[in-house]
Order: sequence, then structure tokens, then C-alpha cells
Amino acid sequence: MINRKVKVTNPSGLHMRPAGVFVKVITGFESEVTLRANGDDFNAKSMLGVLSASIKCGDEVELIVCGADEEACMKAAVEAIESGLGE
Amino acid sequence: MKRNGLGVSAGIGIGTTLVIEEIVFDVSKKAVDEESLADEVNRLHTSIDGLKAYLEKKVAKLGHEQGEILQSHLDLLADPALVPEIEKIITQEKTVSEYAVHQVFEQFIQLFLMSGDELLELRATDLKDLRQNLLRVLGGKELIDVSDAKPGTVLVAQELSTSVAASINPESVVGIVTNVGGKTAHMAIIARSLALPAVVNVGVQDITDGMAVILDGTTGEVLFSPSEEECAEFTKRQRDFQDELKRLEVYRGQASVTKDGKEVELLANIGLELDIGPALAADGEGVGLFRTEFLYMDRSSAPSEDEQFALYQKAAQAFAPGPVIIRTLDVGGDKEIAYLGIGKEENPFLGYRAIRYCLEHQELFKIQLRGILRASAYGKVKIMLPMITTVAEFKEGLALVSEAKAELKEQDIPFDEQIEVGMMIETPAAAMMADVFAKYADFFSIGTNDLTQYTLSVDRGNEKVAGLYSTYDPAVLRMIHRVGEAAAGAGIMWGVCGEAAADPLLTKFFIACGVNELSMAGSSILRIRQQVLETNQFTCAERLAKELKLLETCAEAKTFLESL
Repeated sequence: MINRKVKVTNPSGLHMRPAGVFVKVITGFESEVTLRANGDDFNAKSMLGVLSASIKCGDEVELIVCGADEEACMKAAVEAIESGLGE
Repeated sequence: MKRNGLGVSAGIGIGTTLVIEEIVFDVSKKAVDEESLADEVNRLHTSIDGLKAYLEKKVAKLGHEQGEILQSHLDLLADPALVPEIEKIITQEKTVSEYAVHQVFEQFIQLFLMSGDELLELRATDLKDLRQNLLRVLGGKELIDVSDAKPGTVLVAQELSTSVAASINPESVVGIVTNVGGKTAHMAIIARSLALPAVVNVGVQDITDGMAVILDGTTGEVLFSPSEEECAEFTKRQRDFQDELKRLEVYRGQASVTKDGKEVELLANIGLELDIGPALAADGEGVGLFRTEFLYMDRSSAPSEDEQFALYQKAAQAFAPGPVIIRTLDVGGDKEIAYLGIGKEENPFLGYRAIRYCLEHQELFKIQLRGILRASAYGKVKIMLPMITTVAEFKEGLALVSEAKAELKEQDIPFDEQIEVGMMIETPAAAMMADVFAKYADFFSIGTNDLTQYTLSVDRGNEKVAGLYSTYDPAVLRMIHRVGEAAAGAGIMWGVCGEAAADPLLTKFFIACGVNELSMAGSSILRIRQQVLETNQFTCAERLAKELKLLETCAEAKTFLESL
């Protein structure tokens, strides 16, 4: 299991379209991904989960990745968030 | 039986009712014994598979926009937070699928409804809709499918779900009447995209299948079991409406220029992200009035700078290089936002509203100004301050814009340094002082609704005096003329963004006064463009100069306007 904190910088946060982009990126991996924000955990492979987290631009989230391909999955997830999730 | 509702999609529909009923299912927590649990989980999966197969077939059959909505239902069914959670509740709490389905959906629906976010609220509607369908399959009930409705069907429902609306075949359905709904509901958006007339806020409890019905999506009138005369009248209205739409198509894409070469920008009024698409489709050359108060309504706290920026940026990019004039928060008067704490007032229209509130809540105001400024890096954004009465107010507003700019600069956030800051002219005070305001404002936009009510001191919601309310009143026409002169004297642009901008009878008058821009509901743009193309500014201005001062009554003014 690895974890890492990352700041969401795209203008609308993890919201609708960007949330969809994020979920799509990590769904390709086998690892379980948890999104920890404001003290709560959300299933990061679930659009409903990510939307429920209501993460805004500037918020810091913690990614907890666990599984065979956790290194690659974490790298892809962090890259996606840092590159602005298509916004 | 005539009922008045709110028209949310224009046009006239004449047909026969088909009543669509939501079923209220029993979702109470019933126990399932240990040995039957596996069967219960199986029942859930069989139902989900059945629903998936049904949705996939529909998506394949439907066109792009309608299909996309049902595709989102399929995505939801594949979401790892949904079906696995339902299954978990069944096995852990040893209960029936109906209860588990209801619980899991409800949790997300409540969360999204309370988010205060328009898009998430729409998502909640999707979830309710999907839940109803899943419960129907579980209960062995037919899924509602209106795709093979008989030609001439008018759908009648308490509330029309998205999936039902998405399965509408516009060849057979000619209208929609519901009790619940609004201009921004999915149903209304689908109705407009299919050019189907629709009326909401109509009581339909006593309506049964197979009744004759007429609806007018422009006026909001709905007639159940109409008389022969009514049928004849509305058939004529329907023909006129369709002829008019066809006729106006020739003006699409044309430049809005008078016979003698005066350009007039024809812009759209918008209030929500969802209005952007239709405004573009209506051939709007930009946005002349972005009503930002909608962003503040129906939620528990004010929108953040980022949220505002994201929305304004979308509009700026969508209409670039056309202008997007963003009006800062216009709260108060008839628009109440509880968390702002304005409270009840004896005379809200003469009270604590719009700029008066914002200047006393500078932090809240600057959050909005920064959001707008940031969007100005992505298109031609302008700032417009509402409800200005004194020059001091406008200068104070300008000072706050400068502060917001300085704050962004400090953080190295890009914005348009040359952004124009203008004002609404909607009070007689502003109209009288327009020549002074013109020294400080980059543009004016006349809010004719308020300017008319303040000039004539008439509340048009008050039936006893509503007859006095008319933008044709010579006093109002003189006000507008005066503003035009002041703007021309200072060489600044001016426009009109009230309902009068969409009134073809006033177009020539505005042009005679030298108007640069008219902003209106998208559906009026082509009609007004026709009027612009038929105007000769020079001759209209000449007549106005001679005749405006002679007008004594509203009736005389109307005759004069008709003769232009």
C-alpha cells in the first residue's frame, strides 16, 4: 500500500467531467484506490464516490493505492490530477 | 377546462392525453431468511441485467442527445459504489432488494440535492429516475416506454422523468404537460431540443388518458377538452407560430446592420450554464446580460471564486470573440436569497438590493469580481454593476474592481487589464445623471423593466395599477433617449437588456436613439434582426428629434412607434 497527498488545481475541482476523467484513468488499473478528503474515505473508482467527496480547486486530497500495480496506478492518478484533468 | 402554467418550451401542441404515473413502491425493510439470501441477490442481479439490456437497446436506437442521457444510466449501473453496495445491504442486513435499492440510492440523492450545485442536482434526478426503473423491474412492472406512443400524443405527468422524456419520439408526441418542473429541468431541455411545446406547474391529478388537450408553450395555457371555437383558435395560432419560425430562418447568420449601415449587436440573456448552448443555437452574437444571481440561489452558502470563475470562463470561451457582459449579484427586490440575510422589507424594490448590498459586503462582492476578472483572460468579458443610483456608488464599485485586480496581480493570476466596467441604467436618478456617469462608465445597459416601474412608480404585479405600466409611455421613452444622448456625447457604447429589447415595436426607436446593442431571450433574436435590417437609422432619428417632444400619451407614443 502506498499513499500520497496531491493538490487539485483544475478550476472546477473533482466535479462532473473532470471527475469522469479521473475515474476513467484509474479504472484501468487493478489496484484499489481510496480518495481521502476532509477526513472521509471515498472509492476513487466510483463516479458517485468521487462526486460525493465534493473536492474543489485548491483542496488537498490523499490517494491510497493498494494492489499489484500500485506504483503505476499512483503515478497515473497523480499525473492526471496535476495536469488539470482535461480542463 | 383551461389551466395556466409556465411555458418552458415554445410552440402549440394539439392532441390526446397519455397519463404517465410513477408507482410508489413498498421499500420497507422486510426480513429475508438466511437460506433465501442467495436467491434475493440473484433476483437483484437478474433485474439489473434486464434493465441493462433494455437501456442498451434504447441507447442504440436513440439519437445522440437523447441516447447520452440513457447512457449515463448505464454508467451509473456499472458504478462500483452502487450495485455492490446494494448487494452488501441485502446480505448484511438480511433484507429485500427493494429496501436496499432505496437506501443506497437515497443516500446519494440526498447528498446531491443538498450540494447546492445545479449539475449535481440534475444527477440526483437521474438517480431517482434510475431507481424508479429498477424498482419497476424488481416488481415485475412494465418499464414506461413512450417511444411507440400514438401520433398526436400529449404526455401528462406529475413529474416527467428523464428516461421517459429521453424515449420520446417527436414524430408522435406533440406536447408535454406536467405539474412539477422548471425551465432548467432535464425534461424542459429535452423538450426544447426536440422543439416540443411544454408547460409545467399545471395541476393534472384529475386528468385521464384519452382526453383532448391543447397547450401553448409560449403563454403557458393548457386546455383540457377544449371547445370547437378554442380548437379553431389554437389551430390558427399553431399555423402562425410555425410559419413565423420558418420565415425567420432566412435571418440566421446574417449581420445585424441597418439599411444605412449602422451595426447593432444582438446578444442573448443567460443565467445558467445550461443556457449557453441554446443561446448559441439561437444565433446570439454574445451575452448582453449574464444574470449571476441564479448561481447564488437554491443553496446554503455563496458560490466560491473558483466555482464562479469556472462558469464565467465557460461562457467567455463559448461566445468568444463576442462579448459576455456579466452583471454582478442583483439580489433583493423580488429575488430572495436566505443566507445573505437581507430579510423582509416593507418596500423591497426601494430597499436594500443589488449594488447597495454588495458595497456593504465587500468581501462577498470581491469574490465575485475576482471570479469575473479571471474569466476575462479567456474571452471578451465585461463587468456590469446593477441598480446604480448615485455617482459615488459607481465610483466605489470601480474602486473595488481595482482592488480585486491588484489582488490577482499579486498572485500572478492572468486577467484582461483593459476589462470594461459599465453599469445598468434602471433608476430615473441614473438616467438623469447619465452624462456624468458617462465620464466613469465604459458602457451603459438600460434595464427597461425597472426603469419603467421606477419612472412611472408602478408595481406591475399590482392589478389595480398594472395598466399604467408601459415602456411606451413618453416619460420612459424620454428617459431612454436621454441616456442615448449622454452615451453618444461621451462616446461610450450603450445597450438595452430588459424585456423591451425583444419588442419589435421598440427596435426602430432604440436604433433612432443610437443604441449599439440589444440583449434578449435567445428565441427573439432572429425576429429582432429582421427589424434591424428593415430600419433606416437616419430617417428614424430625424423623426424622433421632431416628434418625441410632442408625444403626450402612451397611445400617441404607440402610434408613433408603429409609424417609424
